[in-house]
Amino acid sequence: MLQFTLKRFALAALILVVAVTVMFLMIRAVPGDPVSIMLGPRATPELKARLIAEMGLDRSIPEQLMLYFGGLLRGDLGVDVFSGREVTTIVFEQLPHTLRLIFSAILWSAVLGIGLGCYAAAHPNTWIDRVAATLSVSFIAAPAFVVALLSLLLFAVHLQWFPAIGVGDGFWDTAWHLVLPSFAIGLSWVGYIARLVRASMLEVMGESHIRTARAFGLSERRIIGIYALRIAILPVVTVIGVGMGFLLSSAVFTEIVFARPGLGKLVIDSITTRNYPIVMGAVLVSTALFVISTAIADLINAILDPRARSST
Amino acid sequence: MANITTDAPAKSRSELSIILEGVVRDPLGLLGLIIVGAIVFSAIFAAWIVPYDPIAMNIPDRMQGPSWNHLLGTDQLGRDTFSRVIMGGQVALKVALPAIFGAMAIGLTLGMIAGYGPKWLDNLLMLLFDTIRSFPTVMFALAVVALVGPSLQTVVFVVMATSIPTYGRVARTQTLTLRNSEFILAERAMGASVARILGVHMLPNIIGVLAVLAAMDIPTVIALEAGLSFLGLGVKPPTPSWGVLLKDGYALIRQTPWLVVAGGLPIILATLGFTFLGESLRDVVDPKLRKNR
Repeated sequence: MLQFTLKRFALAALILVVAVTVMFLMIRAVPGDPVSIMLGPRATPELKARLIAEMGLDRSIPEQLMLYFGGLLRGDLGVDVFSGREVTTIVFEQLPHTLRLIFSAILWSAVLGIGLGCYAAAHPNTWIDRVAATLSVSFIAAPAFVVALLSLLLFAVHLQWFPAIGVGDGFWDTAWHLVLPSFAIGLSWVGYIARLVRASMLEVMGESHIRTARAFGLSERRIIGIYALRIAILPVVTVIGVGMGFLLSSAVFTEIVFARPGLGKLVIDSITTRNYPIVMGAVLVSTALFVISTAIADLINAILDPRARSST
Repeated sequence: MANITTDAPAKSRSELSIILEGVVRDPLGLLGLIIVGAIVFSAIFAAWIVPYDPIAMNIPDRMQGPSWNHLLGTDQLGRDTFSRVIMGGQVALKVALPAIFGAMAIGLTLGMIAGYGPKWLDNLLMLLFDTIRSFPTVMFALAVVALVGPSLQTVVFVVMATSIPTYGRVARTQTLTLRNSEFILAERAMGASVARILGVHMLPNIIGVLAVLAAMDIPTVIALEAGLSFLGLGVKPPTPSWGVLLKDGYALIRQTPWLVVAGGLPIILATLGFTFLGESLRDVVDPKLRKNR
């Protein structure tokens, strides 16, 4: 298990290093120098020269890359072009907003999805199962930002049940502001998780340890809820880990639609003002988050199901 | 084909009709086929269907609700929303199809090389694939847009770059399973070149699975294009895109709410159509894939 953990995290680290390098080279490969792009029409020769020296652009590319990695190791992502504040500080100020949104979305959709999946697996091929299956596919198909816009229109603008913008303050107000955004992000996950749980549940129910449990006369509810779910939930763990990238992507749109602070809002605002270091920093942090959550999902999978350990 | 390779299942005309029959027999598949057919039809014949020029401004008629003159109302510049929705379908497919075909072609080639070539090359390509997949798609798209500026080509590039690994991985797995099968070993024993083995004998066995993946990928791409355009980072403004409709509708959500509906419903409909069609195709082409979703 220790060996598996080490291996998995080494792979994650390697991927991150390559990802940073790819990003870095991409910026350098772009026609036109980043400084002119960043400064735009405000560029004067002196200002350009100062910024070039500040960002170390006058050095060779391998040297720049080493400097950048050196900074990363110290948690230094560079400096905001306009305010002069540390990019790391700015990004980590916004990150909790995004994480809160993502976790609330995945929480409600996992609870509902697992429930639906179990129910469908316990009553396979009934009309309820069929309706649930069709609804699942339909929900999977709905892109988060379209759901966000339509629910904003219906529930916030038209019916005025929920607030349209902002994050609110205090616990209840914050939760109230989270309802629509996390509904938008979570909706496609309900169907996805329900289908996964149903499929893996049906598979698990055929296995011998479940037959044994049945033979011991345990109640069906106990068998499904405890013995089968433990195994059937595995793909959900993996999918949520692997889906972190997808969740982050949905969060970007949802933050814009509901005018919430967060990584997405930060990146979009920084693109409009050509504030490069912030875009880079936010993209890197979200990538790291994604890579780490994938690795953790693999680990949890390996803990819960020893068979998975040998596959990597 | 009349040689030793006949035990390799090749896609022939009759097989295509079998697949089509299977899709039509499945109610959801049929529904998907109809939706996709309608979208493709209206995209091809958009120029004849639209009642108004989708980019012609008509200020006196601005911000009108749906009526018989303007089925889906008009926007803040008096442009006819229905015409823009129809044209938007054309734009969506113009982005999705080249991007997906490009990604499929490159992914297929790299995946087969990874699966058939030496181990070090395989490891290198897999690391590359894993790295590209480690960027959250939209974040990657935003980074690229920040660098090279928004345009239709940028969207196509981003979609290609981010979906190559998916096709590459599947092509690799298929190649790995096939490389030790009897008909490939026989070809090798007969001295067939690597290009011939990969191109003539393996390709027909891999392409079906990839085509299903591609069909299921189209909605993701359409949503990504619309999403970027919604953020103002996709296709440029005068071009009607479903995302641009949503952007205009969002900006004036209290005055022109019909724009949000008119932009959102086609996206949901298109995603539904392609998903239904893709799932049904998958079940017909390769029921084994079912477990992976």
